[in-house]
Amino acid sequence: MSNRIGVYVCHCGTNIASMVDCKAVAEYAATLPGVALSRDYKYMCSDPGQTLIQQDIKEHKLDRIIVSACSPLLHEHTFRNATRQGGINEFFFQMVNIREHDAWVHTDRAKATEKAKDLIRAAVHRVPFHKPLEKKTVPIKPDVLIVGGGIAGIHAALTLANAGKKVYLVERDATIGGHMAKFDKTFPTLDCAACILTPKMSTVKTHPNITMWTYSDVTKVEGFVGNYKVTVRRNPRYIIEELCVGCSECVEACVFKEPKFPDEFNLGLGKRKPVFLPFPQATPLVAVIDPETCIQLKTGKCKKTCVEACGDRKAIDFSQKAEEKEIEVGTIILSTGFKIFDAKRIPYYGYGTYSNVFTALDIERLVNASGPTGGELVLRNGQKPKSVAIVHCVGSRDENTNKYCSRVCCMYSLKLAHLVKERTGAEVYNFYIDMRTPGKGFEEFYSKVSGEGVHMIRGKVADVFLENPADKSGRMIVQAEDTLLNIMRKVPVDMVVLGVGLEAQADANDVRRQFNISCSTEGWFLERHPKLAPVNTFTDGIFLAGCCQGPKDIPDTVAQAGAAAAEALALIDAGSVELEPNTAFVVEQECSGCKTCIPMCPYTAISRNEDKKIAVINEALCKGCGTCVAACPSGAIKQNLFEDDEIFEEINGVLAHV
Amino acid sequence: MPTKPKIGFYWCASCGGCEESVVDLAEDVLMVTAAVDIIFWPCAMDFKKADIEAMPDKSIVATLLNGAIRSSEQEEMAHLLRRKSQVLIAFGSCAHTGGIPGLANQFTCEQIMKYVYEECPTMVNDQKTHPQTHFKDGNRETELPVIRNVVRALDQVVDVDYYIPGCPPTPKLLKEAVLALLSGKLPPKGSVLAPNIAVCQQCKRNDSKPQDISLTEFKRPHQIIADPDICLLAQGLPCLGPATRGGCDAVCIQGNMPCTGCFGPVDNVHDHGAKILSYLASTAAGKEEKDITKTLAGIPDPVGTFYRYGLAKCLLRGKVSQS
Repeated sequence: MSNRIGVYVCHCGTNIASMVDCKAVAEYAATLPGVALSRDYKYMCSDPGQTLIQQDIKEHKLDRIIVSACSPLLHEHTFRNATRQGGINEFFFQMVNIREHDAWVHTDRAKATEKAKDLIRAAVHRVPFHKPLEKKTVPIKPDVLIVGGGIAGIHAALTLANAGKKVYLVERDATIGGHMAKFDKTFPTLDCAACILTPKMSTVKTHPNITMWTYSDVTKVEGFVGNYKVTVRRNPRYIIEELCVGCSECVEACVFKEPKFPDEFNLGLGKRKPVFLPFPQATPLVAVIDPETCIQLKTGKCKKTCVEACGDRKAIDFSQKAEEKEIEVGTIILSTGFKIFDAKRIPYYGYGTYSNVFTALDIERLVNASGPTGGELVLRNGQKPKSVAIVHCVGSRDENTNKYCSRVCCMYSLKLAHLVKERTGAEVYNFYIDMRTPGKGFEEFYSKVSGEGVHMIRGKVADVFLENPADKSGRMIVQAEDTLLNIMRKVPVDMVVLGVGLEAQADANDVRRQFNISCSTEGWFLERHPKLAPVNTFTDGIFLAGCCQGPKDIPDTVAQAGAAAAEALALIDAGSVELEPNTAFVVEQECSGCKTCIPMCPYTAISRNEDKKIAVINEALCKGCGTCVAACPSGAIKQNLFEDDEIFEEINGVLAHV
Repeated sequence: MPTKPKIGFYWCASCGGCEESVVDLAEDVLMVTAAVDIIFWPCAMDFKKADIEAMPDKSIVATLLNGAIRSSEQEEMAHLLRRKSQVLIAFGSCAHTGGIPGLANQFTCEQIMKYVYEECPTMVNDQKTHPQTHFKDGNRETELPVIRNVVRALDQVVDVDYYIPGCPPTPKLLKEAVLALLSGKLPPKGSVLAPNIAVCQQCKRNDSKPQDISLTEFKRPHQIIADPDICLLAQGLPCLGPATRGGCDAVCIQGNMPCTGCFGPVDNVHDHGAKILSYLASTAAGKEEKDITKTLAGIPDPVGTFYRYGLAKCLLRGKVSQS
């Protein structure tokens, strides 16, 4: 049977035509076996271009369509539709990319033209093997999982919950709130972080559509867009969440009279007991018992004064075990946040060695009224600093650590400069490389802080050393080359604040694998398109919000969280989603039942039929990744759109001139 | 007396195992000889090439030719037998896919000759004498066959109608093939006369194979005493059953030895060794390079393991230029 193939060569304005002789390519294509019609056209994706395909199918009885134009990512969908509307199965269409793969990457017009011919010949060889396929439609489950309860997760959860969708918000820590809950004031408006965040946190807690699971981890993710099955492990906090009212009586009554252990929420700057509430507005306001320091949990031999104090409430349960919850959701939003750069990686700044070197986040806690010093900004010896250096770009814009700009450090450093000055009256020196203040009200904020008498020194800090080498808690000298005055500056200060950058979470790569998404080289989760799909991932139904996608400030995070929620809503309200028919299938009579494919499937779509002793692929679960096709040792698994015949003929076609 | 159909057997670059498998028909050989005339079988009976040349073309119903093609003489015989036979069957791994001799395609002819006649530890050859194709002693002069640069499977030299796989093929497959020939119930030309399904399907240990095998170490048969009832792959032996055409009744595995792949791939597989590689790789537990390297150390001869019988016919064909 010979086919009647239609070949269309798109000029894409001058995008393709300037580097490829489209007319010559079309004329060449007409000479290939099976090609019944070949045209070149200025814009194939335009309405007339699409209509041309439809008319030609009818008038010339075409049964295969090849459009050589841009990337299938952009217009495969368009031309498949045109093919279908012309009256033949849309999978009889094949797209050839002569723009990104050819015209845009070459400079020799003659060779680029030859390459276009090769690529089209490959498709002409391939299309006769195409089979008619049908797209499957699957329903979208309306529930949403949000992983990470920082401001991004909180905002996305509230947006969706307010729209009437059921949301599961899973947070690893004992409280939601994330980094924002640790901040004192926010730039550039200097409104109190807690004042704007905590109302949202309590709304999350009380919202009827939100199930909030703190102290919990996602342990397993299966399924696909619209139909994810997720397992969440709720770690034991040894307090029954439903019974605890957060009265703190157990904390008071603990056998440890004084707090003795480093307090994680305050970054170790303060102390806590084995039983504690992370901070006064923690949500849920439920105590946690740390099994590493609690005498009862460690040895089983404690007077358990806490239990006594709790009394009839009976909220303390030392026998609590981790609990696995299985949920089914249609969409997932990842808002797993960031970690701050570990300042110890730059030893010459003295963090961890000199006692009065702090990170910016440490200072946020020290200036915060609920912090370990009750809002007093003091040195380790309890005295107020008289001079403070704030070092920008610690672990950002640095060849040795991170090359990228962390986007928020200049602004928060200015904010801290303002707060330090306000609280202590100290001389403040901001050492910066470039002052980056691109945002609404940001430059004005810089002017304001400059006007307050903060010293701005343009120079990357080269060294921080002790005035008296014997006194590690004494004054320090901050050395930098002032590139505006062209002199070396050595500024003696009582306190150094390191403007640490933002980094991807330490376990970002594990999370990436678990949710089957990609990471950029820096470890940030990769969006589907940097401009046009900034909250989507390459996995349908999984969206990104906040700093897990890259450093950003609170307004951008909230905007992105809203966008992610809207994307999830769009899917949910559509009710169903069409799946590509590029699924794999087992040729039953050729399957030897060797089981090789079963553990290979990342979507657990393959199981074994014990009666027939062969593998069976659940088409609804198959994402068409092709892993099993490659793994099947006897070629008994095939994949629609990518059968061996199609691929080998394509290779034969592209190499036919060799 | 009506003449019986004529059948021929011939051998090229092979070990003789395929001839053994004909003998292994045992009493069934009588059934075969009752039905056909064996007109050519140099291994077992005295025939001359001239006898064959004298026969009209296509007068042999079928010739079963075993062995790969390495020399000019073998080429000549392959062409001659092709011309004289209605059906030419590549019999056994070497004729089918190049077999063990095909592994020589990793080396040039010069490398092989130099090693065998000069460097090999058991060779004493001070004059560095190499075999010559031309010999003259007084008036007597003779020409010997030329060794080609590559080993080829039979169908890389002449048109082949059918393939009987195996190193050697089992007597059962041979018997079935002869019966099919005599009854005229032959499958489409080009078929391999064995089931198009992998060994695991016939393997009695199939049920014992765990669904998820993750190996930190590949073992070699002499390193362990394998449990006779458990899947050999699960015991760390690189058994090639999943990637290899069945029809052998999994005899090696019944003998507690892993499948080495002699039946070649099933129809859908283009490159047997590549499939074996990807399937064995999928069983390796390691995710980091150092763990993977450690696991792969258990396969000291990858080409000899993955392409033991199929190097001559695989996509890459080995290191030697095919010309």
